[in-house]
Amino acid sequence: MRPQTETELAEVVRTAPGPLAIRGGGTRPIGVPRAGDALSLAGLTGVSLYEPGALTLVVKAGTPLAEVEAVLAEENQRLPFEPMDHRALLATDGAPTIGGVVAANVSGPRRVQAGACRDSMIGVRYVDGMGNIIKNGGRVMKNVTGYDLVKLMAGSYGTLGVLTEVAFKVLPAPGATATIRAIGLDEATAVRAMSAALGSPFEVNGASHHSDRHADQAVTILRIEGFSESVAYRANALSELLKPYGDWQLADADWSSIRDVAPFVGQPGDVWRLSIKPSDAPGLVAQAAPLDALFDWGGGLVWLRVSEGTDLRADLGSFSGHATLIRAAGETKARLGVFHPEPGPLAKISAGLRAKFDPRGILNPGLMG
Amino acid sequence: MQMPEPNTSILASKNRIVARLQEVLPKAAVISEESETRAYECDALTAYRCPPLVAVLPSTTQEVSAVLRICHEEGVPVVPRGSGTSLAGGALPTADCVILGVARMNAVLETDYDNRFIRVQSGRTNLSVTGAVEENGFFYAPDPSSQLACAIAGNIAMNSGGAHCLKYGVTTNNLLGATVVLMDGTVVDMGGAYLDAGGLDLLGVICGSEGQLGVVTEATLRILPKPEGARPVLMGFASNEVAGECVSDIIKAGVLPVAIEFMDRPCIEACEAFAHAGYPMCEALLIVEVEGSPAEIDEQLALILEIARRHDPVELRESQSEDESARIWLGRKSAFGAMGQINDYMCLDGTIPVTSLPLVLRRIGELSKQYGLGVANVFHAGDGNMHPLILFDANKPGDLELCEAMGADILRLCVEVGGCLTGEHGVGIEKRDLMVDQFDPVDMEAQMAVKDVFDPAWLLNPAKVFPLASSEARRATRMAAE
Repeated sequence: MRPQTETELAEVVRTAPGPLAIRGGGTRPIGVPRAGDALSLAGLTGVSLYEPGALTLVVKAGTPLAEVEAVLAEENQRLPFEPMDHRALLATDGAPTIGGVVAANVSGPRRVQAGACRDSMIGVRYVDGMGNIIKNGGRVMKNVTGYDLVKLMAGSYGTLGVLTEVAFKVLPAPGATATIRAIGLDEATAVRAMSAALGSPFEVNGASHHSDRHADQAVTILRIEGFSESVAYRANALSELLKPYGDWQLADADWSSIRDVAPFVGQPGDVWRLSIKPSDAPGLVAQAAPLDALFDWGGGLVWLRVSEGTDLRADLGSFSGHATLIRAAGETKARLGVFHPEPGPLAKISAGLRAKFDPRGILNPGLMG
Repeated sequence: MQMPEPNTSILASKNRIVARLQEVLPKAAVISEESETRAYECDALTAYRCPPLVAVLPSTTQEVSAVLRICHEEGVPVVPRGSGTSLAGGALPTADCVILGVARMNAVLETDYDNRFIRVQSGRTNLSVTGAVEENGFFYAPDPSSQLACAIAGNIAMNSGGAHCLKYGVTTNNLLGATVVLMDGTVVDMGGAYLDAGGLDLLGVICGSEGQLGVVTEATLRILPKPEGARPVLMGFASNEVAGECVSDIIKAGVLPVAIEFMDRPCIEACEAFAHAGYPMCEALLIVEVEGSPAEIDEQLALILEIARRHDPVELRESQSEDESARIWLGRKSAFGAMGQINDYMCLDGTIPVTSLPLVLRRIGELSKQYGLGVANVFHAGDGNMHPLILFDANKPGDLELCEAMGADILRLCVEVGGCLTGEHGVGIEKRDLMVDQFDPVDMEAQMAVKDVFDPAWLLNPAKVFPLASSEARRATRMAAE
């Protein structure tokens, strides 16, 4: 099914005889795969409103992300949260959509400074499980009118409603970018250096560390963006500040390879994503003994590649944060669960919300466990 | 403003309820004498007052849990209260309610500079969160005008903003985790000292729910490194339209100031008379502030001034010293006090798309003539959050009602141009009956469904946010079902 308007989509949901598998670009098969009639958002595309002078973009959910980024680039603006492209890592093709980005609350390296996808969202329209068309938030960046269902929709993987339109606060794209790099830091030193960088006034908006197993070389990189002179000044000041941790040099860096976890692409094993306290990262990685580890967000996000079928949560025991299983065989996902198990009272609230928003249980049922 | 009729059986059970609360709290933490409960009869929306049945001042999450369990069993409404600075009546009691004040819960529980967070009890004031970390070069970003007094609990309830949120976001963007006590006394932790929580974003819906879904007792907040410096520039323009265009052009040029503040002529005149900040007399003033190292500030201000010059400013004043910066901010920061000196006023809080600024200011001017009440405009222009101050005489019969009617018209205007009723103060009781102007019944139903899940009997902070008819019908049904 491929409705062409929000009204048609609402009718499809209202009259659906059974479960629906909601589909944007189909590039992020995250979650436990479930059966259901495919409901494509590909017919709901286009920019509804773009006001560069108000930093506001409203766009239909099925719009390809590339189209959104191109429209913004024409005005020298961008989505602040630098959404990851999952295609290479998950071996999918197709065109990622903005609705998919929102449904999975996808962010990239800049999340550490600019916030997650959900932080840039200022309004949504969606169709609930009964076929009602609902709006929440709006198109202005300060809005506390009523409950914030915008945040609730972000990262709900289509289990509370089918997104039809999303409004964002966008930001100016900076004129210049610089990356400084240190070679050979161990993980603990790298995390301390990244913490010092992110705790400095130099507005670091990317902080990543990776040990390249093939080149036998550990690389720590930090990114600064802004006006050209200011970027040069801050890169220099930051290199000075971080001298106690290593030797920092300006370097070319491809931040999209960090964003898209390029080092894991085409490599065997399951892929986990840890959201944790940065200072806990080195210890948890040591405990996991992975095939490979990529640190982003100054250590607050760690990507782990481990042997197929590994129960990482069991290996790590109790820790503060979340482990999400992003890439694995269907059997492993079903056995271990994709999302981190929630404590009883929270699980009860989540289940209660799903029962209210989707009483028939037809929207991506079971996808989030 | 109509409030629900108090439940007479609760009023009749006051002694038993007080006795039960005294069993779980220290004696001094239960306030039930009428002479003392009066201290909790209103918040900063002082036009409406009603002493609560009882006020309690717990010191720990466990005590909050014990209080809520009792109230849940007794079917007693609970009104959570931070510092009582709400301008929307968010903490207005009902005669049959227990006020749950978190003022005694003001401890810093943990500071962690490596991981850039602070964990506090929710009664701690906004400014004292920054106070706890500033020696180490950090600050807590959301900065509502009432930051000296307002509590983090209230900031979370209303998703408070401030002058600097164009760059740093509002409370929800700076809140990492919270300990929340549900109405039945269950204690839950949402999020934590890490960036992305898993599962549904329940913390995101708690923030801004006006204390209707749970009582936040502890919060984990993101702290940020202080910028190297900041410097404002003051610009005067010959019309509101031109000032509005200038704001839009600055934003389009790729500069992101930390603050863009706007004042119109009535506001400039009042501030000048009160604070003597040396403002030029003109139709519209902008204060634009940028941050960074001295060189970065020079670079950004050069660009901003170049844009401003294209709009024929009547005044351009770049601060050359700390003292001059303070003087530029002096008038703006004393705007509300200044207005209070010359008049009673009602402060509105609607948000509009920045591009609608000239139109909205013109229409507000027309409404001002129509109602015969003066209006001064001061607001955060970068994000479109307006604070029109309607001037009235509280001693003149009918003037408050006239002022409220005009305020409602202005807020409807905000909605009409694509904005909203409230940008940072919250709905409270003040704007609850205007919700129907912004939301269709299904939109409100979706929000009320969330309340059904968290607080099935609708006991937490009654008669706020939703039109009274909707919320009271809900409450009656749920109570009957229980």
